[in-house]
Amino acid sequence: MPVEIDIAHVARLARLDLSEDELEGYKNQLGLILEHAARVQSLDAEPQVENAHPLGLFNIFRDDVVLPSLDRDEVMASAPETADGYFVVPPVMEGE
Amino acid sequence: MSWEPVIGIEAHVELLTDSKMFCGCAVGFGAEPNTDVCPTCLGLPGALPVPNKAAIESIMAIGLALNCEVSERSVFHRKNYFYADLPKNYQISQFDNPVCTGGYLDIEIEGVTHRVGIERAHMEEDTGKSTHVGAGGRIHAAESTLLDFNRSGVPLVEIVSRPEIRGAEESRAYAQELRSLIVELGVSDARLEEGSMRFDANVSIRHQGSSELGTKVEVKNMNSFRSLERAVEHEIARQIELADSGGTVVQETRHWDEEAGVTHSMRTKEGSSDYRYFVEPDLVPMVLDRQWVQRIREGLPELPAQRRERYRGDGLGEALAGVLTAVDPALRHVYEVAVAEGAEPKAAANWVTGEVIGWSRRHEVEPSELQLDGAALAELVGMVGEGKISSSAAKEVLDGVLSGEGSPARVAASRDLIQISDRASLGDLVAKVLESNPKAVEGYRGGDEKVVGFLVGQVMRATQGKADPRVVDELLREQLLA
Amino acid sequence: MSPVPGVAEAGRRLRDGDTTAVRLLEGALERAGRYEAQIHAFLTIDREWALETAGRADADLADGIDRGPLHGIPIALKDNMCTRGIETTAASQILAGYRPPYDATVVARLGEGGAVVVGKTNLDEFAMGSSTENSAYGPTYNPWDTTRVAGGSSGGSAAAVAIGSAVAALGSDTGGSIRQPASLCGVVGMKPTYGTVSRYGLIAFASSLDQIGPLTRTVEDSALTLEAIWGHDPLDGTSFSGRYPDPKSGLNRGVAGLRVGVVKELAGDGYEPAVESAIGEMVSKLESAGVEIVEVSLPSFEIALSAYYLIAPAECSANLARFDGIRYGHRGQGATTEALMARSRAEGFGPEVTRRILLGTYALSAGYYDAFYGQAQRVRAAIQEDFARAYQQVDVLVSPTSPTVAFEAGARTADPLAMYLSDICTIPSNLAGHPAMSLPVGLDDQGLPVGFQVMAPPLGEEVMYQVAAEVERLAGFDLSPGLQEVAS
Repeated sequence: MPVEIDIAHVARLARLDLSEDELEGYKNQLGLILEHAARVQSLDAEPQVENAHPLGLFNIFRDDVVLPSLDRDEVMASAPETADGYFVVPPVMEGE
Repeated sequence: MSWEPVIGIEAHVELLTDSKMFCGCAVGFGAEPNTDVCPTCLGLPGALPVPNKAAIESIMAIGLALNCEVSERSVFHRKNYFYADLPKNYQISQFDNPVCTGGYLDIEIEGVTHRVGIERAHMEEDTGKSTHVGAGGRIHAAESTLLDFNRSGVPLVEIVSRPEIRGAEESRAYAQELRSLIVELGVSDARLEEGSMRFDANVSIRHQGSSELGTKVEVKNMNSFRSLERAVEHEIARQIELADSGGTVVQETRHWDEEAGVTHSMRTKEGSSDYRYFVEPDLVPMVLDRQWVQRIREGLPELPAQRRERYRGDGLGEALAGVLTAVDPALRHVYEVAVAEGAEPKAAANWVTGEVIGWSRRHEVEPSELQLDGAALAELVGMVGEGKISSSAAKEVLDGVLSGEGSPARVAASRDLIQISDRASLGDLVAKVLESNPKAVEGYRGGDEKVVGFLVGQVMRATQGKADPRVVDELLREQLLA
Repeated sequence: MSPVPGVAEAGRRLRDGDTTAVRLLEGALERAGRYEAQIHAFLTIDREWALETAGRADADLADGIDRGPLHGIPIALKDNMCTRGIETTAASQILAGYRPPYDATVVARLGEGGAVVVGKTNLDEFAMGSSTENSAYGPTYNPWDTTRVAGGSSGGSAAAVAIGSAVAALGSDTGGSIRQPASLCGVVGMKPTYGTVSRYGLIAFASSLDQIGPLTRTVEDSALTLEAIWGHDPLDGTSFSGRYPDPKSGLNRGVAGLRVGVVKELAGDGYEPAVESAIGEMVSKLESAGVEIVEVSLPSFEIALSAYYLIAPAECSANLARFDGIRYGHRGQGATTEALMARSRAEGFGPEVTRRILLGTYALSAGYYDAFYGQAQRVRAAIQEDFARAYQQVDVLVSPTSPTVAFEAGARTADPLAMYLSDICTIPSNLAGHPAMSLPVGLDDQGLPVGFQVMAPPLGEEVMYQVAAEVERLAGFDLSPGLQEVAS
């Protein structure tokens, strides 16, 4: 059974401004893919599993040492809109 | 129907490490915009985070100072949300496995200790800064937002209290005590006005005696201890008024408006935030073994609570110990040296927390710049104790010392403040006064105590106030009885 | 005899004075010029920069400075690896014209090794795909039959090596994206143990699965290239800092006495007969060469694909969140920042990328996390356990790299699930973080290459190369696609 999804909600969460038609298309496709992906539920396993590194690595840190930053001009060169060293965007809505 | 407020406070502390949490960019203040940035803190494609070991040690220290458990194993999570000042549109934070859990902070209000539980402390990264640029009166100028990512990636510790704070005053006390502790640890400069320490309050009310929690409202944008207290007080009142008039408190975030003295509802997006937390795959777990924790514990400086205890052990009362604990370290040092040199602790503490601070404020001199060392304070306290100067004269002597006129003995001499307490010469004077005031003497012998005061006054006048009134009083009574 | 030298051969010729770095580069560029119109392996070729680098490499050699096996060798880089100042697009519109301000670590290491970057190769957009048909800039076609796909997502790198417009190439492998195109294009492609090649500067798709690896003509070349790029990197928080294997050491050891496991689950329905028989033949040859063949079952493999299509999209939905039109990349119109972000992303991302972002966002969202993403991680743990158990019985595991040979362009684009099935043999190694490689063992009756996969335990590159070298010898596959010159 294909999975039913609130595709509009998901698209909003993901900040994708899609048309009604596109949303409908993705909704159907996702339903089929998720039906296949739901096979993972056939595995009977322990509830808590951590995403462990394949080599079991832990405690990888850096020392508190300052390293050179990027050249601002080079950074700003890729930016769509800048002003006086700032990135410029339209007004930001309050909160999330 | 009486209500009781229930408050929890979330504090965010920017750590004072040299470099950022996940990259080598400098942690600074006031640099030109977007000059302390790199692929990692700018969220460029292909960038990766690597955690700052010193930051981890700082949060461990904070946790230990708050009597928390330091987790043996802790991981980072991605907290996913879109916002202009969040370059990756996720924040590397911690979800259900924070570095520190389950501690407490004791706060004292008017001599009564209240223990506020700490839920957790976790590690995360700060965001960039956005500045709104208005149209500024120019009709065709568009509004926009300017983004500076210098702050993006600065190490941030979030400390969450349990909802065990019971009012506005306690909220302030908690925040101040927490700040003291952070500053004492040296992990942050914790300046509220600069934003290196920030507080949010979760405020709710419930019927007195109830154990259930009411709907909580998050209050943000309090930039000083005073505004924290005011905001919490206002919000409590607002909720009570709402509830009393039959309304219901809505779970929301409110913004404190310092000028208007009210909280405003922040526009809530439809649907609450779904952060879609998952373990950060770009980072490996942290194993905080017990030897490491012990090393951090051993490296902790003396904390305010311990210092208070030490001062109580010197013989200071609770209130005085508390006040002394909170004064500038330079002044505490003066006190400690004075006591080491033999000064009576209560007197020394009273001088430091009273007259000395008063003088430094009136003359606008930083405590660390005052011309008073522990030895001089000990000398001053000794002179008063021995009766060489009266307590009112001592204030003048202090003023002289602080003004650079020299040691207390020298100032007392040069300002002619030395008290006469030599019994022989005073004895003669007392005898003379008694001779000149036979009516008073008779009055005393007839049971009138009040004349003693009059007679002491006479002796004081005769010595231009320099006689030690205690000795005078003693001698008078001796001679009157004779 | 192959007309284009591999890394080892080119290195010999350079040091013998029979050729120069500039000439090697010119050879590669000439072949690119001849075949690009048909193949479209490259997105960017910066001739001047490449010639400059080649010139420097020659000057160094003349001065007696030898930077190692890749010195002066023309290498192609998949366009999801950041090259400072050189356009890096991840084959997406959202990064059209983007020039990174920094080099990926592997790029810096190639530079230190004197390698000459020929250009940036085509890929499925953000490495999501199995055919390179998801590129926003047009597909890459298979050199063996240009009506067919080159495989993906490192289709461009595989094709470039197949036709000799690069002596070697780097690709990235998240679910098979090096091995599968290598298999379809008849070259050697390998994915190292997770954590051994730095991901710093690799535009992330799925952080816990991505690895950079080499595509080459020979197994020896693969070992040489791997050694030039792998090693601990302090800029990568998942980078291994212990003792690294020595892949070259196994190349001439032979296989007598080794135990080779044939994976039971990677056969049967959906596998082309020509593929199965080619694999079967090679297994028999290995047995004759002294190998003990064991059939092993790894039951969790049946749901590996399902787990992958939850984990990879979930991680990519977060990794691609940074593309919002604010600091770089395509910016759409919007009256508020929120609107601008949503427009930029809708305009900049192609359908497959959009699909995976939506899928991943859903799998992580409140209420669905445990049943989908959480459960997929458990499957992942089960796969690691199955592998560990298998490796108690055998030294390496073998299987087809792909159930089919190269399919026709457009054949699977209508059905995402059909496309995803291309990765069924390769995905388990990514989920486990184990090394795996593909090498060509023959052509089917249509003249299309079949790839043979060798899998090994973590840090087991030595035994993996040992077996691969033997397979290479036994297969005797020394073929190049017979391409015609460019017609109009």
